[in-house]
Amino acid sequence: MLTVGSLSRAELAARLSGDGLVLRTGPFINRIRSDVAPLIDSVALMYADYPVEPVGGFVDFHLELRRSGGLRRWYKSQVHFAYDGTTPFQPLPLAQAYPMLEWTMNWCVSHRAHGYLIVHAAVLEKHGRAIILPAPPGSGKSTLTAALLGHGWRLLSDEMTLVRLDDGVVVPLPRPVSLKNTSIDIIRAFRPDAVLSRPVEETTKGTIAHLKAPGASIARALEPARPACIVFPRWEAGAAIALEPLPKARAFMQVADNCFNYQVLGARGFTALGGLIDASDAYTFRYSSLPEAMALFERLVLGDA
Amino acid sequence: MMPLLIRVLRDPGTVQGLDDAGWDLLLRQADAANLDAYLLVLLEDAGLLDAVPAAPRAHLEWTRVGAAAHARAARYEVRQIGRALDGLGLPLILLKGAAYAMAGLDAGRGRLFSDIDILVPKARLPEVEAALMMHGWITTHHDAYDQRYYREWMHELPPMQHARRGNSIDVHHAILPETAPVRPDPARLCASARPIPGEPHLATLSPADMVLHSAVHLFFDGEFDKGLRDLVDLHRLLTQFGQAPGFWEALPARARELELGRPLFYALRYCPRLLGTVVPPAVQAAVASEGPNAALLWLMDRLFARALLPLHASCADAASGAARFALYVRGNWLRMPPLLLARHLFHKAFLSGKSDTQAA
Repeated sequence: MLTVGSLSRAELAARLSGDGLVLRTGPFINRIRSDVAPLIDSVALMYADYPVEPVGGFVDFHLELRRSGGLRRWYKSQVHFAYDGTTPFQPLPLAQAYPMLEWTMNWCVSHRAHGYLIVHAAVLEKHGRAIILPAPPGSGKSTLTAALLGHGWRLLSDEMTLVRLDDGVVVPLPRPVSLKNTSIDIIRAFRPDAVLSRPVEETTKGTIAHLKAPGASIARALEPARPACIVFPRWEAGAAIALEPLPKARAFMQVADNCFNYQVLGARGFTALGGLIDASDAYTFRYSSLPEAMALFERLVLGDA
Repeated sequence: MMPLLIRVLRDPGTVQGLDDAGWDLLLRQADAANLDAYLLVLLEDAGLLDAVPAAPRAHLEWTRVGAAAHARAARYEVRQIGRALDGLGLPLILLKGAAYAMAGLDAGRGRLFSDIDILVPKARLPEVEAALMMHGWITTHHDAYDQRYYREWMHELPPMQHARRGNSIDVHHAILPETAPVRPDPARLCASARPIPGEPHLATLSPADMVLHSAVHLFFDGEFDKGLRDLVDLHRLLTQFGQAPGFWEALPARARELELGRPLFYALRYCPRLLGTVVPPAVQAAVASEGPNAALLWLMDRLFARALLPLHASCADAASGAARFALYVRGNWLRMPPLLLARHLFHKAFLSGKSDTQAA
């Protein structure tokens, strides 16, 4: 199997600036074109283990990130995103090219892939049981995800939990984990082995760095998992660890609030979400210490928390 | 060679020979032309959906979900507008996409639209605007120049957007600007409007007027990013209404009555050429005199042949950009006399704030 890592830097750059790099992420095929050199470096690092498909087949998402032309090429250069020729977003400073690629890849899925109920949530699996972590930014979801990944958990997704409408299983979309601000140093200290992209400052979300997804998770990207738990995490300085059961009706409403396409799916969304809630135990979770949280997740996944 | 999407629109069976790359191109062109939901309807009606390979089939099913959500939201929005205007004693005359959808026309199936367009008598505009504001719609163009542009020169109020739901409504009092050289009498349009069966408070224009409005909207406008979608509207309206006795015979006369012979001429020229629409020869003969002179027609053929294609890189040639620009200038020319147009373009280019121009 051809992977990004097996391409030379020159070959990767030639594909990206030519007919495109056709990258498989989970169930999706992305064709990415770009002439932005730092973006090429980040793709080489973060996507080394991902399969590369030949050009000329069917593609789900056609993405293009180009550097400004004209005067802007030299002064305050920007990166412009196009989705197959349309430009849904304003350009960003050139330094933000790689985070922009991640955001626009997410946008393609959340705005189009209506074969899934798409929950704004991280999802990890161990022993065949998936734990879903829906949470607004700042709740420590990605930090907890990044910590667990060093300890035998499989990454299904850091950002988008895809619940397949046909059968209710969680379809993996393992991609780099987005870390913000202080999380970056916390994970660097906690997991010295972690591979991180170069931090990008002054984005709308603050400083951003991405953690490379584990190779084993990428290798099992076509293997779905059954949902077992839904945990709403909240990091709070100095708080004692606390896991509280959440009544199903409230869990339903809170997950609905965290969905990208619950409204779009209509009755099918209601059915899918109902199935997900039926299949899962739901909790709210407060923590301040990562090791304590990880120990609790080990018990949770074995069903004896 | 015609773009793949147009070949499929003419003959859906074309998809049977497609490989993966062909499906990729077809869905991209359909997406760019805002015709992806129509493509789904077309393939389903032709019984071809089950033969679509898994990956493009998944995209078509995603489209089905999005289109159904859109239809639900549009229906809801029309009901809300109906409630807001209830008590004014006006029939709610829907135009374009909303009319096709609510009247259950073929042209409404798989037809997405971002705004809801309604037609009200000019004398009643203040009441309508006030009622909509009372129910949460607010005007979107706050710049004094834009307000004047719409209120003095255009055929509609500045678009209004619902404060909570974000949906937009365009309140028209005519189908062409006040400043345009031809002014189809809106009173005649309203007089011929007909109620939607089963929807006592809703109405559409008459079939002939729906066709003429669609034609004037497409061929007198300056922007062709949805040109093919609008041509498909015309094709579907003509194909459905054309089956009713008397429709074809009355169409050219109605066009003349409303001073819309020229846009009808173009509609009946390019629908058959691009989409294979069947138009009776007698009707073609009846509108032949409405066309431009031979030199101008030669030029228009070349401009429309480009502007009516999907707005996608695979459908562009070296002259596409110039053709679209020429039609943009023409579209403005048809809306305003030259001095007013010069003033308007000058204002847009140099005086409007940057954020305003992005919103406009």
